[in-house]
Amino acid sequence: MTQAGMVRAPLLSILGVFTALGMASFGGGLPGWMHREVVVKRGWMTDEGFLAGVALGQVLPGANSVNLALYIGQQLRGVPGAVLAATGILGPPFLFIIVLALLYARFGEVAGLAAVLGGVAASGLANSLTTGLRAARRLRGIGPWAVVAATFVAVGVLRWPMIPVVAVMIPVSVALAWRNRHAA
Amino acid sequence: MPLDRLLALFLVFAPMSLVSIGGGTSIFAEMQRQAVTVHGWMTDEQFVALFAISRAAPGPGSLISGLIGWEAAGFVGALVAALSLYVPSSILLLGVGHWWRRRGDSPVRRVIERGLAPVAVGLIFAGVYTLMQADGVGWIHWATLLGCAAWLMHGASPYLVMGVVALFYAGLFGLGAV
Repeated sequence: MTQAGMVRAPLLSILGVFTALGMASFGGGLPGWMHREVVVKRGWMTDEGFLAGVALGQVLPGANSVNLALYIGQQLRGVPGAVLAATGILGPPFLFIIVLALLYARFGEVAGLAAVLGGVAASGLANSLTTGLRAARRLRGIGPWAVVAATFVAVGVLRWPMIPVVAVMIPVSVALAWRNRHAA
Repeated sequence: MPLDRLLALFLVFAPMSLVSIGGGTSIFAEMQRQAVTVHGWMTDEQFVALFAISRAAPGPGSLISGLIGWEAAGFVGALVAALSLYVPSSILLLGVGHWWRRRGDSPVRRVIERGLAPVAVGLIFAGVYTLMQADGVGWIHWATLLGCAAWLMHGASPYLVMGVVALFYAGLFGLGAV
């Protein structure tokens, strides 16, 4: 079922968008890229629907970016959408990595590549940071901000295992949202 | 024996799929143990080289599974290893997603989504922060991160930002600054 007021995504467009994303994902930051393509540019999904996928994809086993692609594809067009999104996000990098391994086996390391990739990785992370900042601007009230801060400190700064932290934070946060369900 | 190898790859990666919570980083150590110590598909040095390659390529870091399969049994091995790692967790995710999708646009789903949003935002910030603690990250990378984020918030294309940064770092490398 498509979310109310959202644009219906054609299957071929899903494959096209995620194939481009798969190639663009040097240095990570994929959730940021996906948010831009799926929510901001194409209006296939709401911010809330997207963020639910981010949380789900991190909690369940599997690579986070693959899980998020599967989730988006499935919410848009069911299992065919999910398969196409995952194929798009994994196919090109899979072939690329094999070619890279062949080149490496032949020529060894290319000077300067590591330095450039370090910088590109930082700009890739800027995509994720931007997604977080955009979503954070929509949060209202003390409760959601306390949840953001607690999650960040526990997982990012204190390096606590993510699963127990999230297992506590999700019920707390949903309960807060339930209590304030008539606001905003 | 290729078939033996393919079966071994499947038996190594399929169970790992369901414990790879939080993405690839949680299973790198186990991959290394299986590929080098248990099965002897490669040396430690080869594994480190494959790891570097997987970091340099686009896509999730767990695609190193494909490289291990490639070392062990060629292109078919690469396919078997990658599919074994991704398919089981994908089926689990689709099961949960199917249930979620059937909720439709209900008030309960909206409340859950509004509750998940701050947790996801916290996890996004934590992920960025964690990756910025890696070896070799200096103030110049932090400046790059914040500068790029400010630029993106003003609507810049990520492709343009990435291209400019790549040229900038290539220049810095040419000057011997990084």
